[in-house]
Amino acid sequence: MSPAAFLGPVFAPGFFDNEAVHVALTIGAAVAIVTGVVGVFTVMRGQSFAGEALGDIGTTGGSAAALVGAGPLAGFVAVDVLAAAAMELVGVQRVRGRDLATGIVLGAAIGLAALFLYLDTTQGTGGSSTVTILFGSIFAISSSTIPAVVVLAALAVAMIAALYRPLLLSTVSPEMAAARGIPVRLVGALYLLALALATALAAITIGTILSTALLIGPAAAALRLTRRPLRAMLTAVGIGIAATWIGVLLAYDSYHWPPQGHGWPVSFFVVTLVFVIYLLSGVVEWRRERGS
Amino acid sequence: MFSGFMVNAWEVSGIVAVVAGVVGFFTVLRGSAFAAHAIPNGSFAGAAGASLVGVGTLFGLGVFAFIGALGIGLLGRRGRHDAVTALMLVMMLALGALFVSLGEQYAPEVYSLLFGEVLGVSSDAVAPTLILGIVCIAAIGVLYRPLMLSSALPEVGEARGIGSFAIELAFLGVLALATAMTVPVVGTLLIFSLMIGPPAAARSLTDRPGVAMALSVVLALAIVWSAIAASFETDWPVGFFVGTGSATVYVLARLWQVGRERYGRRRVLGSMA
Repeated sequence: MSPAAFLGPVFAPGFFDNEAVHVALTIGAAVAIVTGVVGVFTVMRGQSFAGEALGDIGTTGGSAAALVGAGPLAGFVAVDVLAAAAMELVGVQRVRGRDLATGIVLGAAIGLAALFLYLDTTQGTGGSSTVTILFGSIFAISSSTIPAVVVLAALAVAMIAALYRPLLLSTVSPEMAAARGIPVRLVGALYLLALALATALAAITIGTILSTALLIGPAAAALRLTRRPLRAMLTAVGIGIAATWIGVLLAYDSYHWPPQGHGWPVSFFVVTLVFVIYLLSGVVEWRRERGS
Repeated sequence: MFSGFMVNAWEVSGIVAVVAGVVGFFTVLRGSAFAAHAIPNGSFAGAAGASLVGVGTLFGLGVFAFIGALGIGLLGRRGRHDAVTALMLVMMLALGALFVSLGEQYAPEVYSLLFGEVLGVSSDAVAPTLILGIVCIAAIGVLYRPLMLSSALPEVGEARGIGSFAIELAFLGVLALATAMTVPVVGTLLIFSLMIGPPAAARSLTDRPGVAMALSVVLALAIVWSAIAASFETDWPVGFFVGTGSATVYVLARLWQVGRERYGRRRVLGSMA
């Protein structure tokens, strides 16, 4: 049996020649690398809510960008960086009240998003922008976005690499880090900036309100499989790339599923895969604990 | 502004504000801001799925809100609580994205589910909202003492045989109930800001729980009603005014608290000198 006959049912015709698929796979991989690296610290620092909030807040940026005719990525990045600064100001650095500060900023930003989306619709700058911004459409990204995505991804990974040791120490034990003269608050603020970049990139891949899946899911699963941060990052990157690529493949294939001629959303597959992998990682962890 | 369909808007939003103020008080006290964000937001999938299979929106919202609450409660026992909440939320939202796509719904419908459509509330929505609102308040009334104890002093609660896990589940259940009734009115994304802003502001203004809860209800009512009035006048979405309004109220309350502390300290220092 030839490989083509075996792979035929898996890869629908034209998968490897499709321009949109190439762009989706490239951006998906770049984003999975960033979210895996940044996400491990997000989970270790217990800042999932901040990640989720920054993702949602991206909606404000995306809808504002649509209003002035700019690309969504520019809007996501600009507003997420601003929101990260606002959270830092309102007081994310104190563990107590941190969720509250995040929540207040999030609530205000969503209110603004409601206004911008309404204006987008009434001014006719694209009625479908609501669904596209919120739930993403990786197949609709033009290849001209790739350089910007790669540069931002490299920037975020470089920030984490530069911060790695002080960030790790101030994550595991803020007191010890402070005693060694590490500016814990500055490190936390810079980390929040990297988180904002990672969330903006995740938002362009699977939509603003789903972006948390790529940020938290692979990292949380990886941290159940290994306790070492570096190994967890590599695992998270692997899980992220697998989920994105298989998600893109399934979405491409789904054009041949019912209802006919209508593909299922990529974001649905990516998030479901991430969720299933997280549940499976729990089974692995449970079996290992019971075995040892 | 006070006639016809607007009467329904005033009534329903009033009930919603009372429930949000009371349930939100415990949300802030317990630090469950993330769950209060995740459960309503995730229940969006229920509303989208309900219109796909042709059952009532309220039913779909209720089912998914309770699935979300159960998932967060059960999975959160193992695993990291905030990561589990985030994952449960995005899983439900992703289902919502699928339902929206399969049902080929229009963007305006998605928009009104997420951001609310209080001005379009019909008169037959008033009775169910009122009944669910009463159930919510009654549940909080029954749970009041154990909830207070386990929120403020978890160890004492455990010692008296009040399991924190049982209370957590019960509270998430109330949150789910409140979600189901309030979402059609203010949207999945905005009920959250109403549950966080007013109670947090109230807690900065007073230390006494009873007063804080009453104040939180009053603030929520003021925010929602002035938002409706502003939205009626400007035609801008109600969600914009609710979201920015509750953030503004919180910031003002914090400023007042900081100012009072500064002034109080100076007075103490003055009496020492």
